[in-house]
Amino acid sequence: MAAFALKINGQTHQVDVDPSTPLLWAIRDGAGLTGTKYGCGVAQCGACTVYVDGQTVRSCSLPVSAVGSSEVTTIEGLDSKEAKAVQKAWVALDVPQCGYCQSGQIMSATALLNLNPAPTDRDIDLAMNGNICRCATYVRIRAAIHGAAKTLEG
Amino acid sequence: MTVHDKTIHATALSRRSLLKAGAGLAIGAYIARGGKAFAQAPAPAAYNIAPNTFVIIKPDNTVTVLCKGIEFGQGQFTGMATLVAEELDADWSQMRADHAPSNPVLYKNLLFGVQGTGGSSAVANSYIQMRQVGAAARELLVAAAAETWQVPAAEITVESGVIKHASGKEGRFGEFADKAMQMPVPSDPKLKDPSTFKLIGSEGIVKRLDSADKTDGKALYTLDIHEPDMLTVVIARSPKFGGTVKSFDATAAKAIPGVVDVKQVPTGIAVYAKGFWPAKTGRDALKIVWDDSKAETRGSAQLLSEFRALSKTPGKVVKSEGDFDGSMAKGGRVVEVEYVFPYLAHAPMEPLNGYLKWEGDTAYARYGCQFPTPDHAVIAQTLGIPMEKVKLDVILAGGSFGRRAQQTTHVARELAEVAKAMGPGKPIKLVWTREDDMRGGYYRPYSIHRMRGVVRDGKIEAWSDTIVGQSIMKGSAFEAMTFKDGLDSTSYEGSNEIPYDVANFKCDMHQVDVGVPVLWWRSVGHTHTGYAVEAFVDELLEAAGKDPIEGRLELMGKKPRHAGVLKAVAELADWKKAKVETGRARGVAVVESFNTFVAQIVELSMTDDGPRVHKVWCAVDCGVAVNPDIIRAQMEGGIGFGLGHILYAEQTLDAGRPVAGNFDTYRSLRINEMPEIEVVIVKSTEKPSGVGEPGVPPLGPAVANAMAKLGVGRPRQLPIVPGASA
Repeated sequence: MAAFALKINGQTHQVDVDPSTPLLWAIRDGAGLTGTKYGCGVAQCGACTVYVDGQTVRSCSLPVSAVGSSEVTTIEGLDSKEAKAVQKAWVALDVPQCGYCQSGQIMSATALLNLNPAPTDRDIDLAMNGNICRCATYVRIRAAIHGAAKTLEG
Repeated sequence: MTVHDKTIHATALSRRSLLKAGAGLAIGAYIARGGKAFAQAPAPAAYNIAPNTFVIIKPDNTVTVLCKGIEFGQGQFTGMATLVAEELDADWSQMRADHAPSNPVLYKNLLFGVQGTGGSSAVANSYIQMRQVGAAARELLVAAAAETWQVPAAEITVESGVIKHASGKEGRFGEFADKAMQMPVPSDPKLKDPSTFKLIGSEGIVKRLDSADKTDGKALYTLDIHEPDMLTVVIARSPKFGGTVKSFDATAAKAIPGVVDVKQVPTGIAVYAKGFWPAKTGRDALKIVWDDSKAETRGSAQLLSEFRALSKTPGKVVKSEGDFDGSMAKGGRVVEVEYVFPYLAHAPMEPLNGYLKWEGDTAYARYGCQFPTPDHAVIAQTLGIPMEKVKLDVILAGGSFGRRAQQTTHVARELAEVAKAMGPGKPIKLVWTREDDMRGGYYRPYSIHRMRGVVRDGKIEAWSDTIVGQSIMKGSAFEAMTFKDGLDSTSYEGSNEIPYDVANFKCDMHQVDVGVPVLWWRSVGHTHTGYAVEAFVDELLEAAGKDPIEGRLELMGKKPRHAGVLKAVAELADWKKAKVETGRARGVAVVESFNTFVAQIVELSMTDDGPRVHKVWCAVDCGVAVNPDIIRAQMEGGIGFGLGHILYAEQTLDAGRPVAGNFDTYRSLRINEMPEIEVVIVKSTEKPSGVGEPGVPPLGPAVANAMAKLGVGRPRQLPIVPGASA
């Protein structure tokens, strides 16, 4: 075990875990933030997506010891105008079904809009194909990203 | 949130009024008698723990509807709240929903006789009951207002959550909830005429009640439960089904920091730890010698050859009409094909799990429980305490597709076993990893359909379907209600009753035992019978030189609702006139499941990686459409779910050992593969039926039929792209 001071959503969380522990479990079991989900553990499904220094990362596959003093952002800490537009569009179109993958979907969608305010369908495919939704809400995810882009335009 | 301790003011609705829900009760009683696991349900008197049965009205005017079933994406929260709000004349903005706790008396599914979600039955079994709840609550509030204002109840109106009297008096629900609780419950509340519905069937007013919490990380799932001193448990189970522990060495596991204990439980070796990661690494560090003497050791190739050989011999006849053999003997264009269906994992995004605290003489369980009554009973039985000493709360689940309800209650039993092994007073959270889920069995059964038919003078004269498959229900509490003449009807549902008029018809079956646990999987038997029937009818119509839609309609004289959705989807896609791009083709299929009728047209092209589905048109007839947008969402999701599986998914066995362990080897559909979808809901005044499952079955055969049209033939063995990795 080792002590890590993780900067998550602007706050420092002391977590005492084995250095090999994936960031995901340090966030969930250590810091007690449960919006970031476990779906596969092998960077296949994207349910665990967070930002580390602004970059999207699969937190299930990043050891906590590699995070250092980087800023971690989880779904609970999303507050940019892009994020708000995405969340609003998600609700407006009733995107979620079971909802379990949606934290990761929203993290990826927000990251896309941060980089590309007017994504095409192809851009959406490339940015979002690392996020599996077993309920297959993909039609609405696509529509909601376009919807969010539109609200950010105006 | 637990409902009992947070209730402030509430409308008490007696069981007497709530259970006056029509024919469902009689059916329920019958099923309950047939189910052996449910015979343990105690007398109703022990269950008066939830006085506010279905509706909680708070001083802030919010109306919370308690759902009998679980919300795991299908929209049950919103559906139940719509039914109550309609009759209550509530405003949609004041509606909330939560899960009812486990209570086999108050919250039974009226189609099952026990509390549980399945068979796309949420709205179907609650349509009248929840409206009665809303209507009774409305009458109580009106009576309370009449007494408060000293005016006749008949002069009071309710609209959008506001109670009014012509004198100008006006109030909201919260003001009258206390008084309403003291009033006698109406025994026969009057229901609205459907022509006056404002919310049921509306567009744009009713929004999902769970969307907001599912976009900001607040929605709480079982994996998110953290309680003081809670231990997380991960179990090492036999790599082969039926294997048992011969011996084990936990030295290395116990040396891992955070691992608290290791215990042998009936399903394997359980590692108890402070958090998931030490539990998982502890599990991986176990040294276990397995005894495979009773394990299933056949591989996929062997199963295929055994099933195939059987399919060439006559099975037990399920249904026979006319003279199939005689008609075949007369000759004509004979068609014989085989369709092979793999084992499929459900792989819900949230793998299986559960929370339980055993206190010796009581216990508290909390998880995304799909079948509360049998789970509740098995937890009590395993812990050796009466059922009423166990409290079971249901919370959201990250998908199921059938996986969270088991005929064997194996997850609830395992949950109780790990708590019991640790002793009283230790809260535990049992977690299955993704690999545990994928390799843990309870798959959609492996099966083969051998189809034979003959076409003479442009007419399908004979049809037979020989099925080889494994029973889902055999040996379970559900055997009595699903078996007919020794065969599991869920193995052939859809194959024995086809919507087409064929004079000489036969359906027969070989029910085979395999040591792989199997389970209902989104649309159950229809996952394979829908494909077999719809690919084969298309094949025969092609042989007969008929148009796939015209040809089907000609044979559907006795099936107006099948014909209705088929015509609707043909119109939506402009089937007759549409100019399909070069390199693309269209295929169609129509399947009834759970009393809901769905027709789909698929347009696809072929790529080096297999079919690329560009668009799907879908027509659905589910009786009265309660929540049109949720119906569309379920069709969209069902299409994506169906497509991902027929393209890529299979669980294979290597000498009995399931191979696929995660989404890298069990490929799931991704957004770049999702087709555009258009859905039309066929207007109907029939009783509402479910939509959670029926969107799935037609997709596969529609893809197959489009592939045939494109000249690459209908896939005989699924998945279409075997060995695909992500």
